[in-house]
Amino acid sequence: MDDIYKTLCRIVGNEHCSNRPEELFIYSFDLGTFEPKRPDYVVAPKSVEEIQAIVRLANENNIPVIPLGGGLSLAGLAVPLKGGIIIDLKRMDKIIDVNEKARYALIECGVSQGQLTSYLEQHYPHLTHSEPGAPPAATMAGNIMIHGQGDLAHPYGFTSDMICGLEVVLPHGDILRIGSSAINAGWFSMHPLPDLNVFLGWYGTTGIITKLSIKLFPAKKIRGFGTLVVEDEDLVPEIIYRITHTQLCEDIIAFSRAIPPFASGLHHITVNIGADSEKELEFKQEIIWDDVLGEYIRQDFAGYLGFKRGLERPQVSKTSDYKKGGGFEYVGGIMPVETYPICYKKGREISERHNIPYTVTARVIGAANSMMFAWTYAFNRAEPESIKQAREALHETDGLVLELGGVIWKPGVYGQRLLMERLDPVTKDLMKKIKTLLDPKGIMNPGNWEIF
Amino acid sequence: MTNLTFDIEICISCSDAACLTKCQHISIQRDVAHKDILKIARGEDSPVLHECVTCYACEEYCPYGNHPFYLIVERQEMLGISPQPSPLIKRAINIGIPFRGEPDIKEINGPVINIGAFSPLKHLIEGKLFEGLTVISDDERKMFHYFCQLMYLHYGKISIIKERLPNIIANIAKHKPTEVICFHDECYGAYTSFCNAYNIDVPFKPVHLFEFLYNRLTVLKDTIKPVGLRVAYQRPCSSRLSPDKHKFVEKIFKLIGAEPVKRKYADENALCCALTIQGQKKEGSRKRALEIQYKNIEDMKDSGAEVCVFNCPACYDTLSEKVSQHGIIPVFMSDLCRYAIGEINLENKRFINKYG
Repeated sequence: MDDIYKTLCRIVGNEHCSNRPEELFIYSFDLGTFEPKRPDYVVAPKSVEEIQAIVRLANENNIPVIPLGGGLSLAGLAVPLKGGIIIDLKRMDKIIDVNEKARYALIECGVSQGQLTSYLEQHYPHLTHSEPGAPPAATMAGNIMIHGQGDLAHPYGFTSDMICGLEVVLPHGDILRIGSSAINAGWFSMHPLPDLNVFLGWYGTTGIITKLSIKLFPAKKIRGFGTLVVEDEDLVPEIIYRITHTQLCEDIIAFSRAIPPFASGLHHITVNIGADSEKELEFKQEIIWDDVLGEYIRQDFAGYLGFKRGLERPQVSKTSDYKKGGGFEYVGGIMPVETYPICYKKGREISERHNIPYTVTARVIGAANSMMFAWTYAFNRAEPESIKQAREALHETDGLVLELGGVIWKPGVYGQRLLMERLDPVTKDLMKKIKTLLDPKGIMNPGNWEIF
Repeated sequence: MTNLTFDIEICISCSDAACLTKCQHISIQRDVAHKDILKIARGEDSPVLHECVTCYACEEYCPYGNHPFYLIVERQEMLGISPQPSPLIKRAINIGIPFRGEPDIKEINGPVINIGAFSPLKHLIEGKLFEGLTVISDDERKMFHYFCQLMYLHYGKISIIKERLPNIIANIAKHKPTEVICFHDECYGAYTSFCNAYNIDVPFKPVHLFEFLYNRLTVLKDTIKPVGLRVAYQRPCSSRLSPDKHKFVEKIFKLIGAEPVKRKYADENALCCALTIQGQKKEGSRKRALEIQYKNIEDMKDSGAEVCVFNCPACYDTLSEKVSQHGIIPVFMSDLCRYAIGEINLENKRFINKYG
């Protein structure tokens, strides 16, 4: 047995450490098209102290360290590109505190979004968080690490905009706190101290987030969604602009897809509405559907499909059923909303060229300041040719995002390279300095955001 | 293409134009109604074509079986006057396209039940009442091969029905059923009323679900425990295509010991669920739908209904939560019958989820 393995076992306990091939295999891939790569070790720590000890050990021995949340990014962001130690953070799953009046929750990094949702529904039914469209097992820390968006993205922005404080284990093992918690003043605000947040969007290449404080929001007693259908994609941006002007909605999603056929060539715009009473609900519905959107309906440009109670979150995973073999991956672009029509058209072209039924989804972020536009491609996991086809479509789409003036969201290595080619030299230089300063040995999730 | 069996002479000699004067959504005097149905028959425009909310009821109001509703929809399509906006029409047309391969045809040579495009609801056809029946459309991936298409009446698209329905009938016939119990009024109406009106051959015997349930309950009479509930029936629009089968609602209620409440909006005067009204192009359609639903539910409440009984999944989807909010339990007819023979409990229906 090698010394590193023995030391890792001593840190986390034998049952939470492995170098067995069958377990390394499980950690060698994610669910997308990325080529698998095995780690050398897998550990599942339970405490910040254990994480510190693992990182120190890795640092001393120049071993790569890859933090892993739910492992659901699909872009290969937690695949150990250069081997090393995968730190599976799922055991760090404590919801430490919910401050009801200040509306924030302090949680450990392994808390999943489903766990937080369930906890709030049970203990604080009048509070909610911006729940991502990812599976319930996706971790909140993972979501902020990739600048994810949830079902309150329209009113409140990216999930990473909802952070009130962070605790991070730095690459040399020290613990850093950011926000009001840095002066032991509680976990209620990221501001007004000088901003030191160089961790979000870095995929663990500058440190491992171990705790986060996340904003909570009022949970309305009635939550549901209404749907508007339009055929002309050119109308989608102005309709979104008008809906967001009302400031009465929660989530706003637009989607179109070839399968099932009902949505083929059509754009469904779903609008989440929350209300504490029937009176409030009807007030909002009247303004949105009758006053603001009524003219589109009367002029035959749009159709109202009705309002359903309960939330149906966007599930691009449904596309995995389009072909045998159950695979899917998507490229997300953070795009100006006005590019919706061209994103849709070009996305269809790419899909059709690669013989994949098209699926596009857009989520409005902020007051239509931007949208996350996702192009999803299904593939058969059992067929290398199908995987190759999807990978080519994904890479082509990475290029499309930039061509259309957007920024690739949670890019994999291929997309990161495309972005870095276009990165402003001063920005790039500062990123390099930050990375070198924090992780001089380059042990943190190497292969990602490698700036030369 | 098959043509509608319609006789203008019947309308010319009709004295009361009941098809339009009884309409609950259009206010029209008898003489105007008489002129307008003739205008429609001649292919001319009429306010009726624009005002029609597609509730199917005129098909029942006509005492001569002259198919005024099919005529109205024919003319709406011919003149390009659909009550629904174009994107919803396209969406609806897309819905009926099968996309998961061909149907699995097995010869049954016995009675079958066809649940059309409602495969997710197959839990509603379980238990003793349905013993011995083969379900021919329970695969959700392939259910649109068995979809009767009649909903396109709501979209001014009768041509889609005429184009697709013969293939659906052929798919069902390939199973060689001795009789086909239709889960939904709409299917029964398609294979009886519509096919009859358009001279489309139906090589099997369609059976209305309520007639089937009544006959089965009669066989299982000894197991019935009177439910003792005051019930209101939410009559679906497509029930207007088979008014001769509507009597089975009351017969079933009597058999299982349910008390139908006396209400204003029942039987011929029933109000539709207004699902298709809410999305219509006409200004105020969303609110009009809410008003109809409000009137309907208030009427149920005022008449003392404890349970609202459904047959149509679309009505259930539209109204179940609303009636539940008013303390009325929403239940499908088949579930009420199963409750009567002690197979299920109704308490968990009190606060509904989608499709119960």
